[in-house]
Amino acid sequence: MTTPVVGVLALQGDVREHLIALASADALARPVRRPEELAEVDGLVIPGGESTTISKLATLFGVMEPLRARVRGGMPVYGTCAGMIMLADKILDPRSGQETVGGIDMIVRRNAFGRQNESFEAAVDVKGVEGAPVEGVFIRAPWVESVGAQAEVLAEHEGHIVAVRQGNALATSFHPELTGDHRVHALFVEMARGNPRAGSL
Amino acid sequence: MSTTPSTSNPTPETGTARVKRGMAEQLKGGVIMDVVNAEQAKIAEDAGAVAVMALERVPADIRKDGGVARMSDPNMIEEIIEAVSIPVMAKSRIGHFVEAQVLQSLGVDYIDESEVLTPADEVNHSDKFAFTTPFVCGATNLGEALRRIAEGAAMIRSKGEAGTGNVVEAVRHLRQIKNEIAKLRGYDNNELYAAAKELRAPYELVKETAELGKLPVVLFSAGGVATPADAALMRQLGAEGVFVGSGIFKSGDPAKRAAAIVKATTFYDDPKIIADASRNLGEAMVGINCDTLPETERYANRGW
Repeated sequence: MTTPVVGVLALQGDVREHLIALASADALARPVRRPEELAEVDGLVIPGGESTTISKLATLFGVMEPLRARVRGGMPVYGTCAGMIMLADKILDPRSGQETVGGIDMIVRRNAFGRQNESFEAAVDVKGVEGAPVEGVFIRAPWVESVGAQAEVLAEHEGHIVAVRQGNALATSFHPELTGDHRVHALFVEMARGNPRAGSL
Repeated sequence: MSTTPSTSNPTPETGTARVKRGMAEQLKGGVIMDVVNAEQAKIAEDAGAVAVMALERVPADIRKDGGVARMSDPNMIEEIIEAVSIPVMAKSRIGHFVEAQVLQSLGVDYIDESEVLTPADEVNHSDKFAFTTPFVCGATNLGEALRRIAEGAAMIRSKGEAGTGNVVEAVRHLRQIKNEIAKLRGYDNNELYAAAKELRAPYELVKETAELGKLPVVLFSAGGVATPADAALMRQLGAEGVFVGSGIFKSGDPAKRAAAIVKATTFYDDPKIIADASRNLGEAMVGINCDTLPETERYANRGW
Protein backbone atom coordinates (compact mmCIF):
# COMPACT_ATOMS: atom_id res chain seq x y z
CA MET A 1 0.00 0.00 0.00
CA THR A 2 1.34 3.44 -0.86
CA THR A 3 1.93 6.04 1.83
CA PRO A 4 0.13 9.23 0.84
CA VAL A 5 1.97 12.55 0.98
CA VAL A 6 -0.22 14.95 2.94
CA GLY A 7 0.65 18.61 3.21
CA VAL A 8 -0.31 21.13 5.88
CA LEU A 9 -0.86 24.69 4.66
CA ALA A 10 1.86 26.41 6.68
CA LEU A 11 1.12 30.11 6.24
CA GLN A 12 -0.04 30.51 9.84
CA GLY A 13 -1.64 28.40 12.55
CA ASP A 14 -1.14 25.14 14.43
CA VAL A 15 0.84 23.48 11.64
CA ARG A 16 3.15 21.46 13.89
CA GLU A 17 0.27 19.68 15.65
CA HIS A 18 -1.26 18.64 12.32
CA LEU A 19 2.09 17.36 11.02
CA ILE A 20 2.45 15.21 14.14
CA ALA A 21 -1.14 13.91 13.91
CA LEU A 22 -0.75 13.07 10.20
CA ALA A 23 2.56 11.30 10.77
CA SER A 24 1.01 9.14 13.49
CA ALA A 25 -1.86 8.38 11.08
CA ASP A 26 0.73 6.93 8.64
CA ALA A 27 1.02 9.75 6.14
CA LEU A 28 4.17 11.44 4.89
CA ALA A 29 3.44 14.87 6.32
CA ARG A 30 5.07 18.08 5.12
CA PRO A 31 4.46 21.82 5.34
CA VAL A 32 3.19 23.64 2.22
CA ARG A 33 3.69 27.38 1.70
CA ARG A 34 4.34 27.67 -2.05
CA PRO A 35 2.46 26.62 -5.22
CA GLU A 36 5.27 24.22 -6.19
CA GLU A 37 5.02 22.50 -2.80
CA LEU A 38 1.26 22.18 -3.23
CA ALA A 39 1.79 20.34 -6.52
CA GLU A 40 3.68 17.59 -4.69
CA VAL A 41 1.03 16.47 -2.20
CA ASP A 42 -1.84 13.94 -2.44
CA GLY A 43 -3.92 15.78 0.12
CA LEU A 44 -3.83 18.96 2.18
CA VAL A 45 -4.81 20.03 5.68
CA ILE A 46 -5.76 23.66 6.24
CA PRO A 47 -4.99 24.14 9.94
CA GLY A 48 -6.53 26.19 12.68
CA GLY A 49 -5.33 29.77 12.90
CA GLU A 50 -6.76 33.14 11.96
CA SER A 51 -8.85 32.76 8.81
CA THR A 52 -8.35 36.42 7.82
CA THR A 53 -4.57 36.05 8.05
CA ILE A 54 -4.42 32.71 6.22
CA SER A 55 -6.71 34.01 3.47
CA LYS A 56 -4.59 37.15 2.96
CA LEU A 57 -1.29 35.28 2.86
CA ALA A 58 -2.68 32.62 0.49
CA THR A 59 -3.77 35.29 -1.97
CA LEU A 60 -0.60 37.35 -1.56
CA PHE A 61 1.77 34.46 -2.19
CA GLY A 62 -0.13 32.91 -5.08
CA VAL A 63 -1.38 29.78 -3.32
CA MET A 64 -5.10 30.59 -3.42
CA GLU A 65 -5.75 29.94 -7.12
CA PRO A 66 -3.69 26.71 -7.42
CA LEU A 67 -5.36 25.49 -4.24
CA ARG A 68 -8.82 26.18 -5.62
CA ALA A 69 -7.86 24.32 -8.80
CA ARG A 70 -6.61 21.29 -6.84
CA VAL A 71 -9.74 21.19 -4.67
CA ARG A 72 -11.97 21.47 -7.75
CA GLY A 73 -9.91 18.67 -9.29
CA GLY A 74 -10.78 16.41 -6.35
CA MET A 75 -7.69 16.61 -4.13
CA PRO A 76 -8.61 15.46 -0.60
CA VAL A 77 -8.61 18.43 1.74
CA TYR A 78 -9.35 18.75 5.46
CA GLY A 79 -9.91 22.01 7.31
CA THR A 80 -10.07 22.51 11.09
CA CYS A 81 -11.62 25.69 12.56
CA ALA A 82 -10.08 28.44 10.38
CA GLY A 83 -9.56 25.67 7.80
CA MET A 84 -13.29 24.93 7.90
CA ILE A 85 -13.97 28.59 7.14
CA MET A 86 -11.52 28.41 4.21
CA LEU A 87 -13.41 25.43 2.75
CA ALA A 88 -16.83 27.06 2.94
CA ASP A 89 -18.37 28.24 -0.31
CA LYS A 90 -19.85 31.08 1.73
CA ILE A 91 -19.00 32.91 4.96
CA LEU A 92 -21.95 34.51 6.72
CA ASP A 93 -20.01 37.50 8.07
CA PRO A 94 -16.76 37.85 6.12
CA ARG A 95 -14.26 40.65 6.76
CA SER A 96 -14.00 42.91 3.76
CA GLY A 97 -12.12 41.11 1.02
CA GLN A 98 -11.90 37.82 2.93
CA GLU A 99 -11.75 35.06 0.34
CA THR A 100 -12.18 31.33 0.77
CA VAL A 101 -10.94 28.33 -1.16
CA GLY A 102 -14.42 26.82 -1.17
CA GLY A 103 -15.17 23.19 -1.92
CA ILE A 104 -18.02 22.50 0.47
CA ASP A 105 -21.49 23.84 -0.22
CA MET A 106 -22.06 25.32 3.24
CA ILE A 107 -22.51 28.64 4.97
CA VAL A 108 -20.19 29.13 7.95
CA ARG A 109 -20.54 31.59 10.82
CA ARG A 110 -17.16 32.69 12.18
CA ASN A 111 -16.55 32.67 15.97
CA ALA A 112 -20.14 31.40 16.29
CA PHE A 113 -19.49 29.69 19.64
CA GLY A 114 -18.18 32.96 21.07
CA ARG A 115 -14.92 34.52 22.19
CA GLN A 116 -12.08 32.78 24.02
CA ASN A 117 -13.90 32.79 27.39
CA GLU A 118 -16.61 30.64 25.79
CA SER A 119 -14.11 28.23 24.18
CA PHE A 120 -14.76 24.71 25.45
CA GLU A 121 -14.15 20.98 25.28
CA ALA A 122 -16.97 18.50 24.66
CA ALA A 123 -17.35 14.93 23.45
CA VAL A 124 -18.54 14.76 19.83
CA ASP A 125 -19.91 11.77 17.95
CA VAL A 126 -18.45 11.89 14.44
CA LYS A 127 -19.99 9.75 11.72
CA GLY A 128 -17.32 7.54 10.16
CA VAL A 129 -15.15 7.54 13.29
CA GLU A 130 -15.51 4.19 15.08
CA GLY A 131 -15.63 3.79 18.85
CA ALA A 132 -15.94 6.38 21.57
CA PRO A 133 -16.82 10.00 20.76
CA VAL A 134 -14.03 12.33 19.67
CA GLU A 135 -12.74 14.85 22.22
CA GLY A 136 -13.80 18.11 20.62
CA VAL A 137 -11.65 21.14 21.43
CA PHE A 138 -13.55 24.25 20.27
CA ILE A 139 -11.55 27.50 20.25
CA ARG A 140 -13.39 30.66 19.17
CA ALA A 141 -14.93 28.09 16.89
CA PRO A 142 -17.17 28.53 13.85
CA TRP A 143 -20.28 26.49 13.20
CA VAL A 144 -22.08 25.62 9.98
CA GLU A 145 -25.37 27.46 9.52
CA SER A 146 -26.57 25.30 6.63
CA VAL A 147 -25.32 22.80 4.06
CA GLY A 148 -26.27 22.13 0.45
CA ALA A 149 -27.62 18.86 -0.93
CA GLN A 150 -24.15 17.46 -1.75
CA ALA A 151 -22.72 17.98 1.72
CA GLU A 152 -23.10 15.39 4.45
CA VAL A 153 -23.33 16.43 8.11
CA LEU A 154 -20.96 14.24 10.18
CA ALA A 155 -21.44 15.78 13.62
CA GLU A 156 -23.47 18.26 15.61
CA HIS A 157 -22.99 19.89 18.97
CA GLU A 158 -26.04 21.27 20.79
CA GLY A 159 -27.95 21.48 17.54
CA HIS A 160 -25.17 23.16 15.55
CA ILE A 161 -23.34 21.48 12.68
CA VAL A 162 -19.65 21.04 13.57
CA ALA A 163 -18.37 18.48 11.04
CA VAL A 164 -19.14 18.17 7.32
CA ARG A 165 -17.95 16.12 4.37
CA GLN A 166 -18.57 16.73 0.69
CA GLY A 167 -16.78 14.32 -1.64
CA ASN A 168 -13.09 14.60 -0.81
CA ALA A 169 -13.46 17.69 1.34
CA LEU A 170 -13.73 17.34 5.13
CA ALA A 171 -14.19 20.09 7.71
CA THR A 172 -14.50 20.26 11.51
CA SER A 173 -15.18 23.23 13.82
CA PHE A 174 -12.97 21.59 16.44
CA HIS A 175 -9.28 20.68 16.66
CA PRO A 176 -8.53 16.92 16.77
CA GLU A 177 -4.85 17.87 16.29
CA LEU A 178 -4.76 19.26 19.85
CA THR A 179 -5.72 15.89 21.37
CA GLY A 180 -3.77 12.65 21.33
CA ASP A 181 -6.64 11.03 19.39
CA HIS A 182 -5.76 10.85 15.69
CA ARG A 183 -8.84 9.01 14.40
CA VAL A 184 -10.18 11.95 12.39
CA HIS A 185 -6.74 12.39 10.80
CA ALA A 186 -6.68 8.64 10.05
CA LEU A 187 -10.03 9.02 8.28
CA PHE A 188 -8.57 11.84 6.20
CA VAL A 189 -5.34 9.98 5.42
CA GLU A 190 -7.50 7.12 4.07
CA MET A 191 -9.25 9.64 1.81
CA ALA A 192 -5.83 10.80 0.55
CA ARG A 193 -4.63 7.22 0.10
CA GLY A 194 -7.59 6.54 -2.18
CA ASN A 195 -6.83 9.60 -4.33
CA PRO A 196 -3.13 9.78 -5.21
CA ARG A 197 -2.21 12.78 -7.34
CA ALA A 198 -1.89 12.25 -11.08
CA GLY A 199 1.47 10.82 -12.08
CA SER A 200 2.40 9.51 -8.64
CA LEU A 201 1.52 5.90 -9.41
CA MET B 1 -4.73 16.39 30.30
CA SER B 2 -7.34 13.65 30.19
CA THR B 3 -7.20 11.09 27.41
CA THR B 4 -10.40 9.35 28.48
CA PRO B 5 -13.27 10.43 26.26
CA SER B 6 -16.03 11.78 28.46
CA THR B 7 -18.79 9.63 26.99
CA SER B 8 -20.97 9.86 30.05
CA ASN B 9 -20.55 13.58 30.49
CA PRO B 10 -21.06 15.59 27.32
CA THR B 11 -21.29 18.86 29.27
CA PRO B 12 -19.02 21.42 27.66
CA GLU B 13 -16.10 22.52 29.82
CA THR B 14 -14.58 26.02 29.47
CA GLY B 15 -11.20 27.34 30.61
CA THR B 16 -9.35 24.01 30.41
CA ALA B 17 -5.59 23.91 29.92
CA ARG B 18 -6.13 22.50 26.44
CA VAL B 19 -8.48 25.31 25.46
CA LYS B 20 -6.16 27.99 26.90
CA ARG B 21 -2.91 26.62 25.48
CA GLY B 22 -4.68 25.58 22.27
CA MET B 23 -5.73 29.18 21.69
CA ALA B 24 -2.04 30.18 21.60
CA GLU B 25 -1.31 27.32 19.17
CA GLN B 26 -3.72 28.99 16.74
CA LEU B 27 -1.65 32.20 16.83
CA LYS B 28 1.58 30.51 15.78
CA GLY B 29 3.41 31.84 12.76
CA GLY B 30 1.63 35.12 13.26
CA VAL B 31 2.18 38.70 14.39
CA ILE B 32 0.40 40.30 17.37
CA MET B 33 0.37 44.08 17.17
CA ASP B 34 0.03 46.80 19.81
CA VAL B 35 -2.82 49.21 18.99
CA VAL B 36 -4.18 52.20 20.90
CA ASN B 37 -7.53 52.71 19.15
CA ALA B 38 -10.08 51.07 16.84
CA GLU B 39 -8.59 52.68 13.74
CA GLN B 40 -5.16 51.18 14.40
CA ALA B 41 -6.78 47.84 15.21
CA LYS B 42 -8.40 47.77 11.78
CA ILE B 43 -5.11 48.65 10.09
CA ALA B 44 -3.48 45.77 11.98
CA GLU B 45 -6.25 43.33 11.01
CA ASP B 46 -6.10 44.40 7.36
CA ALA B 47 -2.33 43.89 7.39
CA GLY B 48 -2.83 40.26 8.50
CA ALA B 49 -2.21 40.45 12.27
CA VAL B 50 -3.40 37.30 14.10
CA ALA B 51 -4.36 39.36 17.16
CA VAL B 52 -4.07 42.86 18.57
CA MET B 53 -2.91 44.06 21.98
CA ALA B 54 -5.17 46.87 23.14
CA LEU B 55 -3.39 49.46 25.26
CA GLU B 56 -3.58 53.20 25.89
CA ARG B 57 0.04 53.99 25.16
CA VAL B 58 2.60 51.93 23.28
CA PRO B 59 5.73 51.15 25.32
CA ALA B 60 7.77 53.87 23.59
CA ASP B 61 5.30 56.47 24.91
CA ILE B 62 5.16 54.88 28.36
CA ARG B 63 8.95 55.34 28.47
CA LYS B 64 8.70 58.94 27.33
CA ASP B 65 5.85 59.93 29.65
CA GLY B 66 7.09 58.15 32.78
CA GLY B 67 4.78 57.82 35.79
CA VAL B 68 2.67 54.78 36.68
CA ALA B 69 1.43 52.75 33.71
CA ARG B 70 -1.86 50.92 34.36
CA MET B 71 -4.52 48.79 32.66
CA SER B 72 -6.26 50.60 29.78
CA ASP B 73 -9.68 52.27 29.85
CA PRO B 74 -12.43 49.61 29.42
CA ASN B 75 -14.17 51.84 26.85
CA MET B 76 -11.13 51.85 24.63
CA ILE B 77 -10.72 48.06 24.94
CA GLU B 78 -14.41 47.52 24.08
CA GLU B 79 -14.16 49.79 21.04
CA ILE B 80 -11.29 47.67 19.76
CA ILE B 81 -13.18 44.42 20.47
CA GLU B 82 -16.08 45.85 18.44
CA ALA B 83 -13.85 46.97 15.57
CA VAL B 84 -12.11 43.71 14.68
CA SER B 85 -12.90 39.99 14.42
CA ILE B 86 -9.39 38.79 15.34
CA PRO B 87 -8.59 38.06 19.01
CA VAL B 88 -8.00 41.03 21.31
CA MET B 89 -5.46 40.91 24.12
CA ALA B 90 -4.95 43.46 26.91
CA LYS B 91 -2.37 44.05 29.62
CA SER B 92 -2.70 43.89 33.39
CA ARG B 93 0.01 44.95 35.82
CA ILE B 94 2.11 42.17 37.34
CA GLY B 95 0.25 40.85 40.40
CA HIS B 96 -2.78 43.10 39.82
CA PHE B 97 -5.37 40.33 39.71
CA VAL B 98 -8.25 42.81 39.91
CA GLU B 99 -7.18 44.43 36.65
CA ALA B 100 -7.10 40.89 35.25
CA GLN B 101 -10.62 40.25 36.60
CA VAL B 102 -11.81 43.42 34.87
CA LEU B 103 -10.18 42.40 31.58
CA GLN B 104 -11.81 38.97 31.82
CA SER B 105 -15.21 40.59 32.40
CA LEU B 106 -14.71 42.72 29.28
CA GLY B 107 -14.27 39.53 27.25
CA VAL B 108 -10.67 39.99 26.09
CA ASP B 109 -9.27 36.81 24.55
CA TYR B 110 -5.89 36.83 26.30
CA ILE B 111 -4.44 38.74 29.25
CA ASP B 112 -0.80 39.83 29.16
CA GLU B 113 0.51 40.13 32.72
CA SER B 114 3.08 42.60 31.57
CA GLU B 115 6.29 44.16 32.83
CA VAL B 116 5.61 47.07 30.47
CA LEU B 117 3.06 48.32 33.01
CA THR B 118 4.21 49.30 36.49
CA PRO B 119 4.17 46.19 38.74
CA ALA B 120 1.45 46.19 41.43
CA ASP B 121 3.07 43.51 43.59
CA GLU B 122 6.78 43.08 44.15
CA VAL B 123 6.51 39.48 45.38
CA ASN B 124 3.60 37.75 43.67
CA HIS B 125 2.35 37.35 40.15
CA SER B 126 -1.40 36.75 39.64
CA ASP B 127 -2.80 33.23 40.12
CA LYS B 128 -3.67 32.56 36.51
CA PHE B 129 -5.51 29.30 37.20
CA ALA B 130 -8.26 31.39 38.81
CA PHE B 131 -9.28 32.71 35.37
CA THR B 132 -11.14 31.37 32.34
CA THR B 133 -9.26 33.85 30.14
CA PRO B 134 -5.77 32.56 29.30
CA PHE B 135 -2.61 34.50 30.20
CA VAL B 136 0.61 35.25 28.36
CA CYS B 137 3.64 36.27 30.44
CA GLY B 138 7.12 37.55 29.70
CA ALA B 139 10.32 35.71 30.57
CA THR B 140 14.04 36.36 30.29
CA ASN B 141 15.14 32.78 30.97
CA LEU B 142 13.82 29.22 31.32
CA GLY B 143 13.31 29.30 35.09
CA GLU B 144 11.19 32.43 34.83
CA ALA B 145 9.16 30.92 31.96
CA LEU B 146 8.46 27.74 33.93
CA ARG B 147 7.51 29.67 37.07
CA ARG B 148 4.94 31.58 35.03
CA ILE B 149 3.61 28.33 33.55
CA ALA B 150 3.42 26.89 37.07
CA GLU B 151 1.19 29.87 37.97
CA GLY B 152 -1.06 29.04 35.01
CA ALA B 153 0.37 31.00 32.05
CA ALA B 154 -0.77 29.38 28.78
CA MET B 155 1.74 31.20 26.57
CA ILE B 156 5.21 32.70 27.08
CA ARG B 157 6.94 35.56 25.30
CA SER B 158 10.45 36.86 25.63
CA LYS B 159 10.48 40.16 27.50
CA GLY B 160 13.00 41.85 25.32
CA GLU B 161 13.18 45.56 26.10
CA ALA B 162 9.85 47.02 25.04
CA GLY B 163 9.64 50.46 23.49
CA THR B 164 13.28 50.63 22.42
CA GLY B 165 13.07 49.44 18.81
CA ASN B 166 16.18 47.45 19.70
CA VAL B 167 16.00 43.71 19.29
CA VAL B 168 19.14 42.89 21.27
CA GLU B 169 17.39 41.98 24.54
CA ALA B 170 14.77 39.80 22.82
CA VAL B 171 17.60 37.92 21.13
CA ARG B 172 19.36 37.50 24.48
CA HIS B 173 16.21 36.16 26.20
CA LEU B 174 15.25 33.78 23.41
CA ARG B 175 18.78 32.39 23.13
CA GLN B 176 18.90 32.00 26.90
CA ILE B 177 15.64 30.00 26.97
CA LYS B 178 16.67 27.86 23.99
CA ASN B 179 20.14 27.15 25.41
CA GLU B 180 18.77 26.19 28.79
CA ILE B 181 16.28 23.78 27.15
CA ALA B 182 19.10 22.26 25.06
CA LYS B 183 21.10 21.75 28.26
CA LEU B 184 18.13 20.00 29.93
CA ARG B 185 17.90 17.64 26.98
CA GLY B 186 21.38 16.38 27.82
CA TYR B 187 20.60 15.64 31.47
CA ASP B 188 19.67 12.20 32.78
CA ASN B 189 16.85 11.69 35.28
CA ASN B 190 19.14 12.08 38.29
CA GLU B 191 20.30 15.48 37.13
CA LEU B 192 16.82 16.86 36.47
CA TYR B 193 16.06 17.20 40.20
CA ALA B 194 19.06 19.44 40.72
CA ALA B 195 18.24 21.31 37.52
CA ALA B 196 14.75 22.04 38.85
CA LYS B 197 16.26 23.39 42.05
CA GLU B 198 18.67 25.56 40.11
CA LEU B 199 15.93 26.83 37.79
CA ARG B 200 13.65 27.43 40.80
CA ALA B 201 10.86 25.73 38.87
CA PRO B 202 8.64 22.69 39.60
CA TYR B 203 10.33 19.38 38.80
CA GLU B 204 7.34 18.12 36.75
CA LEU B 205 7.56 21.10 34.38
CA VAL B 206 11.34 20.78 34.09
CA LYS B 207 10.99 17.09 33.22
CA GLU B 208 8.21 17.79 30.71
CA THR B 209 10.32 20.49 29.03
CA ALA B 210 13.35 18.16 28.88
CA GLU B 211 11.23 15.46 27.22
CA LEU B 212 9.53 17.80 24.75
CA GLY B 213 12.68 19.72 23.88
CA LYS B 214 10.54 22.86 23.99
CA LEU B 215 8.37 24.74 26.45
CA PRO B 216 5.05 23.00 27.19
CA VAL B 217 3.30 26.13 25.89
CA VAL B 218 3.73 28.35 22.83
CA LEU B 219 6.76 30.67 22.86
CA PHE B 220 6.62 34.06 21.10
CA SER B 221 9.16 36.83 20.94
CA ALA B 222 8.47 40.36 22.15
CA GLY B 223 10.30 43.55 22.96
CA GLY B 224 12.17 45.56 20.35
CA VAL B 225 11.07 44.11 16.99
CA ALA B 226 10.95 47.00 14.49
CA THR B 227 11.66 45.56 11.02
CA PRO B 228 10.69 42.53 8.88
CA ALA B 229 14.23 41.19 9.31
CA ASP B 230 13.92 41.53 13.12
CA ALA B 231 10.76 39.41 13.04
CA ALA B 232 12.39 36.78 10.80
CA LEU B 233 15.45 36.73 13.07
CA MET B 234 13.31 35.94 16.10
CA ARG B 235 11.60 33.13 14.21
CA GLN B 236 14.89 31.66 13.03
CA LEU B 237 16.02 31.73 16.65
CA GLY B 238 13.01 29.59 17.56
CA ALA B 239 10.16 31.99 18.39
CA GLU B 240 6.85 30.59 17.17
CA GLY B 241 5.55 34.08 16.38
CA VAL B 242 6.19 37.71 17.30
CA PHE B 243 4.65 40.59 19.20
CA VAL B 244 5.33 44.00 17.71
CA GLY B 245 4.70 46.89 20.07
CA SER B 246 5.86 50.39 19.25
CA GLY B 247 7.61 49.23 16.06
CA ILE B 248 4.58 49.59 13.80
CA PHE B 249 2.58 52.64 14.84
CA LYS B 250 5.71 54.65 15.74
CA SER B 251 7.01 54.23 12.19
CA GLY B 252 6.50 56.32 9.05
CA ASP B 253 4.02 54.05 7.23
CA PRO B 254 2.30 51.73 9.74
CA ALA B 255 0.01 49.85 7.28
CA LYS B 256 2.88 49.01 4.97
CA ARG B 257 5.30 48.08 7.76
CA ALA B 258 2.66 45.92 9.46
CA ALA B 259 1.99 43.94 6.26
CA ALA B 260 5.74 43.60 5.63
CA ILE B 261 6.37 42.18 9.11
CA VAL B 262 3.52 39.68 8.62
CA LYS B 263 5.09 38.45 5.35
CA ALA B 264 8.56 38.16 6.86
CA THR B 265 7.18 36.25 9.86
CA THR B 266 5.60 33.59 7.61
CA PHE B 267 8.56 33.35 5.19
CA TYR B 268 11.19 33.85 7.91
CA ASP B 269 13.60 31.49 6.18
CA ASP B 270 13.35 33.04 2.70
CA PRO B 271 15.76 36.01 2.40
CA LYS B 272 14.34 37.03 -1.00
CA ILE B 273 10.85 37.49 0.41
CA ILE B 274 12.26 39.30 3.47
CA ALA B 275 14.24 41.58 1.14
CA ASP B 276 11.12 42.40 -0.88
CA ALA B 277 9.15 43.02 2.30
CA SER B 278 11.88 45.38 3.54
CA ARG B 279 11.81 47.71 0.52
CA ASN B 280 10.61 51.33 0.83
CA LEU B 281 9.00 51.01 4.24
CA GLY B 282 9.73 54.60 5.15
CA GLU B 283 11.19 55.51 8.48
CA ALA B 284 11.51 52.90 11.22
CA MET B 285 10.89 53.97 14.79
CA VAL B 286 13.83 55.72 16.38
CA GLY B 287 15.67 53.19 18.51
CA ILE B 288 17.24 53.36 21.94
CA ASN B 289 20.55 51.73 22.77
CA CYS B 290 19.82 49.36 25.62
CA ASP B 291 23.26 49.68 27.19
CA THR B 292 22.63 53.37 27.83
CA LEU B 293 19.33 52.59 29.61
CA PRO B 294 19.64 53.02 33.39
CA GLU B 295 18.80 49.84 35.35
CA THR B 296 15.64 51.46 36.74
CA GLU B 297 14.27 51.99 33.24
CA ARG B 298 14.76 48.38 32.15
CA TYR B 299 11.33 46.77 32.04
CA ALA B 300 12.86 43.29 31.70
CA ASN B 301 14.02 43.56 35.34
CA ARG B 302 10.40 43.68 36.46
CA GLY B 303 8.98 40.29 37.47
CA TRP B 304 11.06 37.40 38.72
